[in-house]
Amino acid sequence: MAGDSADAVTDAGPAAGEIPALRLELANISKRYAAVQANDRVNLRVRPGEIHAVLGENGAGKSTLMKIIFGAVKADEGEIRWNGRLVQIRSPQDARALHIAMVYQHFSLFDTLTAAENVWLGLDKSQTLAQVTLQIKGVAREYGLEVDPLRPVHSLSVGERQRVEIVRALMTRPELLILDEPTSVLTPQAVDKLFVTLRKLADEGCSILYISHKLDEIRALCHHCTVLRGGKVTGEVDPTKESNAGLSRLMLGAEPAQLQHQQASPGEVVLEVDGLSVPNLEPFGMPLRDVGFSVRAGEIVGIAGVSGNGQQELMAALSGEDTRAAAGSIRFLGRPVGKQSPRQRRRKGLRFVPEERLGRGAVATMSLAQNALLTRSEAVRRSGWIKSSALAALTARLIERFNVKAGGSQAQAKSLSGGNLQRFIVGREIDADPTLLIVSQPTWGVDVGAAVQIRAEMLKLRDAGAAVLVVSEELEELFQICDRLVVIAKGRLSPSIDTSLATVSLIGEWMSGLWPGARDAPERAAHAQA
Amino acid sequence: MLRLEARSSESKLVTFASPLLALALTVVIGTALFVLLGKDPMRGLQMFFVEPVRSWSALSELAVKGVPLLLIALGLAVCFRSNVWNIGAEGQFVLGAIAAGGVAMLADKDTGRWIVLPILLAGVIGGMFWAAIVALLRDRFNTNEILVSLMLVYVADMVLSYLVYGPWKDPAGFNFPQTITFADPTKLPRLFTGFRVNIGLVIALLLTVVLWLFLFRMHAGFKLQVGGLAPGAARYAGFSSRQAIWLALMVSGGMAGLAGALEVAGPLGQLTPYVPAGYGFAAIIVAFVGRLHPGGIVFSAVLMSMFYIGGELAQSRMGLPKSLTGVFQGLLLFSLLTCDTLIHYRVRRQPGRSAAPSAVPAALPGRA
Repeated sequence: MAGDSADAVTDAGPAAGEIPALRLELANISKRYAAVQANDRVNLRVRPGEIHAVLGENGAGKSTLMKIIFGAVKADEGEIRWNGRLVQIRSPQDARALHIAMVYQHFSLFDTLTAAENVWLGLDKSQTLAQVTLQIKGVAREYGLEVDPLRPVHSLSVGERQRVEIVRALMTRPELLILDEPTSVLTPQAVDKLFVTLRKLADEGCSILYISHKLDEIRALCHHCTVLRGGKVTGEVDPTKESNAGLSRLMLGAEPAQLQHQQASPGEVVLEVDGLSVPNLEPFGMPLRDVGFSVRAGEIVGIAGVSGNGQQELMAALSGEDTRAAAGSIRFLGRPVGKQSPRQRRRKGLRFVPEERLGRGAVATMSLAQNALLTRSEAVRRSGWIKSSALAALTARLIERFNVKAGGSQAQAKSLSGGNLQRFIVGREIDADPTLLIVSQPTWGVDVGAAVQIRAEMLKLRDAGAAVLVVSEELEELFQICDRLVVIAKGRLSPSIDTSLATVSLIGEWMSGLWPGARDAPERAAHAQA
Repeated sequence: MLRLEARSSESKLVTFASPLLALALTVVIGTALFVLLGKDPMRGLQMFFVEPVRSWSALSELAVKGVPLLLIALGLAVCFRSNVWNIGAEGQFVLGAIAAGGVAMLADKDTGRWIVLPILLAGVIGGMFWAAIVALLRDRFNTNEILVSLMLVYVADMVLSYLVYGPWKDPAGFNFPQTITFADPTKLPRLFTGFRVNIGLVIALLLTVVLWLFLFRMHAGFKLQVGGLAPGAARYAGFSSRQAIWLALMVSGGMAGLAGALEVAGPLGQLTPYVPAGYGFAAIIVAFVGRLHPGGIVFSAVLMSMFYIGGELAQSRMGLPKSLTGVFQGLLLFSLLTCDTLIHYRVRRQPGRSAAPSAVPAALPGRA
């Protein structure tokens, strides 16, 4: 990517040829937030043309470190050298001036504008939209990033949106590209395509910082890997020479526990969805079209799919937050429940864990005890009086039973780490002995320890005879715990397949809408291909 | 250079200290104001902060003004905690006064003391009715409750004017726009002979406890607050947002109406165009200064009542305009909003920019 002026910067570094030149060098970077040491004397060295992984659990300090490099956060201590020169990066503008670009995990695109307009917005105004459009086409062709610059962003799949973000980053001719968890929104096939682009970029001398917690990807793609744990660097390795177990030891400080997955013995049908069609919730949401599947007692059914393909709409219809579905299109224990409120469904034994923990599954500023009251009614008298002692006892039991690390039942929900709050929310629902538990993104953004525990709890619930439905973007997770899989794409649902018969590449294909018997498959394939 | 830095969690200490800090700021600015007006600032402050608590009769007056503020602010606290923005408590107060006055006019000197109860009840219903219009429009047509409730204040004022200039005008009142003076049995029992403070104070303090229990010990109050703090969580839990709108507006409308009834059956004794005294608007400030907590609101109602009395005293004894009351109210609210910034942010001293070793701009010429 290095253009003329960019070359000049590299050359202007201290005596070229002295030691292997480093594109970026962080020395003893520390950053402290009130109670948390996010980064503790972190050292990081990135060579030109190197794909450098930063591996760590959620909360290990990866994001803070990247924000420091990109100028969004200021380090308390430490030095940053860019091409051998000591620099102060005070803002993302400073970072861009140094030819550092970043693609965030959550895209910052305007839905109503076209791809080209979105890119144009971020550039200085010396160029016309037409010029920018031409350049986008050029960059896209050069790196094999298929993007139609004239399509409005809302009509793009998530993978296409990511490509727009990457094109936008490449337009600034970066010497360092930072990618934050870039594959969490992609199908396995799209991940392979992304890797081709990244390798080509690296061959041209652009350094890449690749933030991830997925070990396989890091081993397949990266030349070098810096591992963070608790804000500190715990290892610097060549990932191609490491095993997954070795990497995860560095990341966790311990071997992850293994799940015990026994053969399921499914019983009667608990949830039956048939001909479920619901218009989208939000302007650029995804309408559900003729969705049908069933979940039986004693089995875990997983719904795979790239986010934004109707998962939100399906969850809202199943939980009762959206009651626009036809009553008979959702049957629970044989009864139509499509028009019932979440409380009515909950009383019958249908419980739901949403993907957003704060603001939906829990109220951030309320205590754990109050949050227990959201979906549990044991501590409420007929008269509407809250039995404080019963509520405190219930909360204490949840904390104890599910290993929630919290400062007691009066701790605010937002004071808990993601993993602990998820333990609490999942525990709150499991503890109520549901007949059917629906969990959306059970381990999204939680640490590995909590993830293992939550998956084990779901398996335990299944073994006790409950029906479990899991929606997840992590294929690995679905393959680990589910007995059957279905795939959602463009608001439609694939047929179900036994997990033992499914492969990652097959499910990946289905995630693009290409399952046997899919109607108008070619058209949707073009659209959903990510 | 000073700069604001986000706190990782909100500061409990500042949450409680902020109203005090705001009061201190108000006093400082108020002092400057007196100086600018060419008055002795000490004497001015004395009018606002000493005179209103100097004697038993002064304290009684403080309570007379404080009771409507307390009642209305309690109701508003429930509303605001539910994320329902009822700005029109003044109108609900006026409707309560009208309804109560209508019942009071039915009484004559032989009516029993029981008439006080229907009067108060009529006030509550009047206030609820006015708030119900807001709830209905919001529920059915998704209108903005801020605008509707605010504009209904002026409609309420017009209704009052129509009645006292028209059908309810006292035939023996020399054509003054006022109703008859209500018969004696309608008068609220006073707590102490010789002082104007009446059973309204007891009712208000009792309701303070009731609303505290409602907010923090009842499931209904909990549901309202979840809806206010996190609508997504309320939807997830299955708490009805429609119910929340109705309940919040009925509670605050009823409380404002009750305050109106206590006012006409207490200190006023008749309806005049001057029933609206701005309590409904001042109570918004009272509610926020009291941190939307019944306990805190008791204190802020006392403070606001001091401002009312201080403004009157400053007018009669120092020749200052009565609108000083409004100025002080506004100062207090703005100071509070300013100080509340510190709940989420802390002030940090930032070293000067020149101290940085090598700035990016300095590095750029190397590229030329």
